[in-house]
Amino acid sequence: MNAHLPAIQVVLPLLAAPVCVLLQNRKVVGVWATLVAWASFAIAITMLVHTMEHGTISYALGGWESPLGIELRVDVANAFLATIVTGIASMVLPYGPGSATLAIPEDKQYLFYTAFLLCMTGLLGMSVTGDAFNVFVFVEITSLSSYTLIALGKGRRALTAAFSYLVMGTIGGTFILLAIGLCYQMTGTLNMADMALRLQPVMGTRTVLVAFGFFVVGASIKLAVFPLHQWMPNAYTHAPSVVSAFLSATATKVSYFVLVRVVFTIFGAAYVFGTVHFEWLLMPLSIAAMFVGSIAAMYQTHIKRLLAYSSMAQIGYMTLGLSMNSVEGLTGGLVHLFNHGLMKGGLFLVVANITFRLNSSKIEDMAGLARKMPWTSLAFAIGGLSLIGVPGTAGFISKWYLVQGALVKGQVWLALLILMSSLLAVGYVWKVIEVMLLKPPTDRVENTKPAPLSMIWPVWVMIGSTVVFGLWTTWTGTVAEVAAETLMGLR
Amino acid sequence: MTATLMMAAFFIPIGVVPLMWAARKVPDLRDGLMVVAGLLTFACVVGMVPAVAAGARPEVVFFHVFDGVPLAFKLEPLGLVYALVASGLWVPTSLYAFGYMRGHGETNQTRFFICFALAIFAALGIAMSANLFTLFTFYEVLTFSTYPLVTHAGNEDAKRAGRIYLGILVTTSVTMLLLAVMWTFVIAGTLDFTVGGILAGKVDGPVIPILLGLFAFGAGKAALMPFHRWLPNAMVAPTPVSALLHAVAVVKAGVFTILKVVIYIFGLDLLYTTGGSDILKWVAAGTILISSIVALRLDNFKARLAYSTISQLAYIVLGAMLVTPDAVVGASMHIAMHAMGKITLFFVAGACLVSVHKSKVSELNGLGRKMPVMFGAFTVAAFSIIGLPPGGGSWSKWFMALGSTTQPSDYPFVFVYMLSSLLAIGYLMPIVARAFFLPEKVDHGHDAHHDAHHDEGHHAEVEPSIEDPSLVPILPIGESIRETHLLMLGPIVLTAAGCVALFLLAPQLEAFLRPIVGGAP
Repeated sequence: MNAHLPAIQVVLPLLAAPVCVLLQNRKVVGVWATLVAWASFAIAITMLVHTMEHGTISYALGGWESPLGIELRVDVANAFLATIVTGIASMVLPYGPGSATLAIPEDKQYLFYTAFLLCMTGLLGMSVTGDAFNVFVFVEITSLSSYTLIALGKGRRALTAAFSYLVMGTIGGTFILLAIGLCYQMTGTLNMADMALRLQPVMGTRTVLVAFGFFVVGASIKLAVFPLHQWMPNAYTHAPSVVSAFLSATATKVSYFVLVRVVFTIFGAAYVFGTVHFEWLLMPLSIAAMFVGSIAAMYQTHIKRLLAYSSMAQIGYMTLGLSMNSVEGLTGGLVHLFNHGLMKGGLFLVVANITFRLNSSKIEDMAGLARKMPWTSLAFAIGGLSLIGVPGTAGFISKWYLVQGALVKGQVWLALLILMSSLLAVGYVWKVIEVMLLKPPTDRVENTKPAPLSMIWPVWVMIGSTVVFGLWTTWTGTVAEVAAETLMGLR
Repeated sequence: MTATLMMAAFFIPIGVVPLMWAARKVPDLRDGLMVVAGLLTFACVVGMVPAVAAGARPEVVFFHVFDGVPLAFKLEPLGLVYALVASGLWVPTSLYAFGYMRGHGETNQTRFFICFALAIFAALGIAMSANLFTLFTFYEVLTFSTYPLVTHAGNEDAKRAGRIYLGILVTTSVTMLLLAVMWTFVIAGTLDFTVGGILAGKVDGPVIPILLGLFAFGAGKAALMPFHRWLPNAMVAPTPVSALLHAVAVVKAGVFTILKVVIYIFGLDLLYTTGGSDILKWVAAGTILISSIVALRLDNFKARLAYSTISQLAYIVLGAMLVTPDAVVGASMHIAMHAMGKITLFFVAGACLVSVHKSKVSELNGLGRKMPVMFGAFTVAAFSIIGLPPGGGSWSKWFMALGSTTQPSDYPFVFVYMLSSLLAIGYLMPIVARAFFLPEKVDHGHDAHHDAHHDEGHHAEVEPSIEDPSLVPILPIGESIRETHLLMLGPIVLTAAGCVALFLLAPQLEAFLRPIVGGAP
């Protein structure tokens, strides 16, 4: 049974998506999609436990052995990623199923769930596949469905946001396709592991260098690495908050994973860091993202845009971990993948609660909100503290590994930069908290009431998890460490 | 058994929080719960004293957060002293706070008292932490749980003060303290507080003073100059906060961290033989003198006390940096001595504000004759801060000065301690003199209420009008004596008596603390 899990992982949401269109009834569809997400989560957990204990699962699709057929290949890193994607989906989908709380027109809600499941399919496909071309296919499935999801946002600006994401995303996808084509030309194979072997003799050629360049830029667009982040603030701002919660917590994360795979699995650390010196490009860009993103976030007046710029900074931490080319650094990057997913997902849900009641995502409209929506405001405060990286929250765990990674190499200056950039997070988080806590309530706030319980508990599951995983790291830190060692070929 | 008591003391302050929230509609029950929790916590802490004095070091490991870095608690004499101070002064401060908050007509009292309990919880977590990671965790909990207290008034002043408070404390702790903690971990492979230190033999050269500097400045709550600005700004908080948190729990968390690091991370021998703390001795000495001189010039009552606190905290830092057994024991004793004295002074400052609406030193003329008990208590506590008998502060200062005589290069610090005592006389005694010996100014006041409205704009705090007339000065004994409300006077007398008690108990305290520097218990 376990041997088939990688295939079921992808096929289950893929088949479940059209069922949503057939069911149509928004309440039934909501429950159906939630059940599918939970089942997928169970599969992902099973795979993670299995790979931790027994090592890699390889699955030949249709019985065609690799390198001829498509291979689904799940090691600890893949399973970890699939767990993140399904876990976040399991927490986002129960959020007010079938009600007005989604901020999506009721007659379109079944389409939301369809697109959501398709998007999940694509993300899971990228997570588990061992085939380079297959990655491209799933990138496109993810992209197309996420354009739809973003365009579901209220207001016409959601359409332009979705369109500019479509343009950028297509460029990114095309670059990845070009890179795969070039690699195929040099090696005659599409299987990643096989490709890595056959690339070795031709490593010095310009074609391989160009392929690497296309891969990196393509993945970086999807990942929103500074300065390729332009699509992101608009997309997250104008999409429905639930979509922002899901995409910010998963889509960029899977793109990060693709980049990591390209670096470590296909081209190898020796080539990427030894010959090309990718870190000379990635590290300054990561540091720039950490600072530019946080500073930009401080100047935002809309809370969703603030969180989007914060994401840009947080992605900087992840790519910084990658650029360190060490187990500690990559562990930090991977664990932040998980932790940031939790906190940013949770925070976007908090925002969904607030905009549902206030009908505004302007920070100034939230004056005195702590008195009227105490639990939602408290959730924002805790999620914010996690973004800052206060000990006892998940953000601290990521920061710990990253700073360790810098210190182990004797780079005290880098450790200091990481810590200083986390101070900037205090700036943009406190800007909101101060308004919520200390400003006298406006009329709009005075007339509001707390969010319904069905909207509060999913928020608290996610925000509560940031505290749990801030203290209990067996399934985050340890797994990320194993995943990092696996990716770097040390296991 | 001791471990059980330790966990009880740790969990009671946080356990009472949901109960207080549930009782938010019934203020008397809510406040009563807090007093009961305070008494229970203090009882638990006191209950551990005999065992720890006998050499027991109870330890509880929760779980490992990173490999080799558990969230763990372990009690030793220094931590117990800090825990005793924080939990012991919680009860009198609670009583005082009821009088103050109600008398002052403050809003959001439930939030206030819940944050108060959280701050005590964090302080106890710091006191009992078994390693630097646990300590740092609770250090940050303390920072964030006290933010709503500092900004309680909610006006522009409070907001600005809150920004400075959070800005300085978080900046120092994240960029320096956390960096130092992680650096220590990379060097030593552990963060456990160990007798004799964990860094000996693993570091040398300039890394020692740099790392120590990161710790000393990073513990921004110790208010070592130039990172002291948050403390005077935090005085915008209601007086009970200034009293318990910014004279006891929060500021002592800073110096406690520095003492812990010096004793259990570096080890006295390492610092003594390498001279790694030489520069910081002078930083501390400079802080002592500069802040004392600033205190001389301040007219705002609470601001003057705040600068006095900065100076007294630097005493402790200097004592730690001298790294001689006597100085370190003296510095540890000073945590208790200063806490008891300074909380009394703040109580009096708050009582002056609530009862007679005076927030300036220059307005206190003649008040001592109206309120002899209160200003009598003030005088005793001021003696303790200055370092004169019968105040407990005389003993801690004695040991710190004694510790400065071990090597000739430390002799100047004896002079620093003595000079700062003179300066303390200079900034505290005028208050006593004005209160008792100068005639009351009667030029513009018929009654206290009118005074208040006259100079409302000058007060450090927002001042809502008195809502409950029963809380305005009572105890009218004769014509001229009008002491403050009993809920405030009681704690004042109690802590002033504590100053004298500490003077008498000092030998026991010293013997209790000796083991931390390797002496016989």
